[in-house]
Amino acid sequence: MNPLERLQKTLLSDETQAMIERLPPATGEFERDPWGFDKNKTRYLFGFLKRLYDDYFRVHTMGLDNVPAEGRVLLIGNHSGQLPMDGVLIGMALATRAEHPRAARAMIERFFPTVPFIGNMLNHMGAVVGDPHNCTRMLENEEAIVVFPEGIRGSGKPYRERYTLKRFGNGFMHLAMNHNTPIVPIGVVGCEETMPSLTNIKPLARALGLPYFPLAFPLPLPARVILNFGEPMHFDNDVHDEAAVTERTEQVKARITELLEQGLAARTSVF
Amino acid sequence: MAATKKKRTRKTKPTVMVTGAAGALARQVIRQLRDQVNIVAVDFRRRVRIDSNTPSYQGDPTRREFEDVFRQHDIAGVIHLGRMESDELTPERRYNANVLGTQRLFRLCSEYEVKQIVVMSTFYVYGASPYNPALLAEDAPLKASGLTMDLIDSVELENLAAVALWKHPELHLTVLRPCHIAGPRVRNTMSRLLDRPLAPALVGFSPMMQFIHIDDMARAIVAAFVQNHPGIYNVAPAQWMAYTDVLRESGCAVYPVPSIPPAVPTLITRMLRGQPFPRYLINYLKYPVLIDGSHFNETFDFHCKRDLDDILSHYRRRKSAPA
Repeated sequence: MNPLERLQKTLLSDETQAMIERLPPATGEFERDPWGFDKNKTRYLFGFLKRLYDDYFRVHTMGLDNVPAEGRVLLIGNHSGQLPMDGVLIGMALATRAEHPRAARAMIERFFPTVPFIGNMLNHMGAVVGDPHNCTRMLENEEAIVVFPEGIRGSGKPYRERYTLKRFGNGFMHLAMNHNTPIVPIGVVGCEETMPSLTNIKPLARALGLPYFPLAFPLPLPARVILNFGEPMHFDNDVHDEAAVTERTEQVKARITELLEQGLAARTSVF
Repeated sequence: MAATKKKRTRKTKPTVMVTGAAGALARQVIRQLRDQVNIVAVDFRRRVRIDSNTPSYQGDPTRREFEDVFRQHDIAGVIHLGRMESDELTPERRYNANVLGTQRLFRLCSEYEVKQIVVMSTFYVYGASPYNPALLAEDAPLKASGLTMDLIDSVELENLAAVALWKHPELHLTVLRPCHIAGPRVRNTMSRLLDRPLAPALVGFSPMMQFIHIDDMARAIVAAFVQNHPGIYNVAPAQWMAYTDVLRESGCAVYPVPSIPPAVPTLITRMLRGQPFPRYLINYLKYPVLIDGSHFNETFDFHCKRDLDDILSHYRRRKSAPA
């Protein structure tokens, strides 16, 4: 066995192959949906991420069965860690679930499609630009969608603000109410420590066209990650002003704060 | 302007003007329609010989003598396929042909009481933006003119059509926005690109794309004309494929074009004078512009008969055919 074959075998174990096979297919023809999800094109990436999930971040899940086995669902979490590792790890948690694995679709920041390779790779993994039209179509396809309502406010915050939730946008709540979709809140513990940032180097971010540029170690640190899934929350489409929608958004935010506190209490060590 | 035939007075069939008659698509439309209507063929570039019974003109709608076609024929409908592509001629001449020409055509149609117009637009009007959601509907904003100067005339043509839709409802205007049209004898930018043994791809990008076979597009135009449900419609099958896969399936070898910084591919297209792909196409090779054709399919009970493999195998076969 040559080194390349050995690497392929390491990344793509029989277990990982089986995991990929069990995932539901893309909704379009040619095994690709219109957003580019293609589980076969990212087999090795899946294999690599599985190793990260199991051995590097040693992800521990709590309440994973709260995610419905099928049907539309919005997975709403806190965003942190500069890189979108939290979305990737939530996706891996659902993909590797023993019973009823699901291919979660993450809503990503709008600048990702402009980055060569990364934008395409994220699309192949199932991620799509965070746009209400995309989200609506996916909910109509009965998909599981990962949304971080804090957006870059959450992912780009410095380490000194860790585990403090930033303002949540109301978009996900409108989608949940308009499309009769349950919300599963998620407390993500550990991603804050994967890339602690001292500050945002704004001039560099502007020059590179990025939303932020953290002053941080350039690679994610091997912090233990806990994903704490709460029970589904249901909201009827019966409010008539934005203040009431914001109130409901705050209920989800408060629930995520509780899940975070539970996760932090359960954590025995950061690394 | 030289007419090959004088005004005809056959009462049984309406007379329909088809512009852009020299193109492969127009020829197919004419073939499919000529049993039902009397055709008057017009092309900006040259006088086209269709058959001995079909009057044919070389004509520019911006010129005064173009009105003679309306004077000599009792035109009941117009199928306006004579849109100049975004890499043809200069921007000024494109603007004259596509915008001012179409404006005059609409005015003549109104004056001569034409009862129906089908206008060929393009999906390019949506613009290739990284923020585009998948499967754009007809009410999505037309961003193309904000992203590239080369598509201003295409968006302006749409604006004219939209104004004519509410200002002249008696014209029964239908605007079609097809995805990439491909297949035998199609000579648009993308088809020429797929015909090459070597085709460019921007490093790190491979957007999803849609294609419609020229036979299906001709059927779609005929359906729009015959059934006459005025409005604006995307025309595209619910099939898509990533650009680099399209190239592979078409038998093209890929040569990589640096994609960052963004000025580099622009500089390359400028140095190569728009060959093999023009500047306006750069963003369409980076970001997906997928359109939702379901409104057209439902309204006209239309289904494509040729799938993506039919389309791309044409280019594969051409490459493998002995010289």
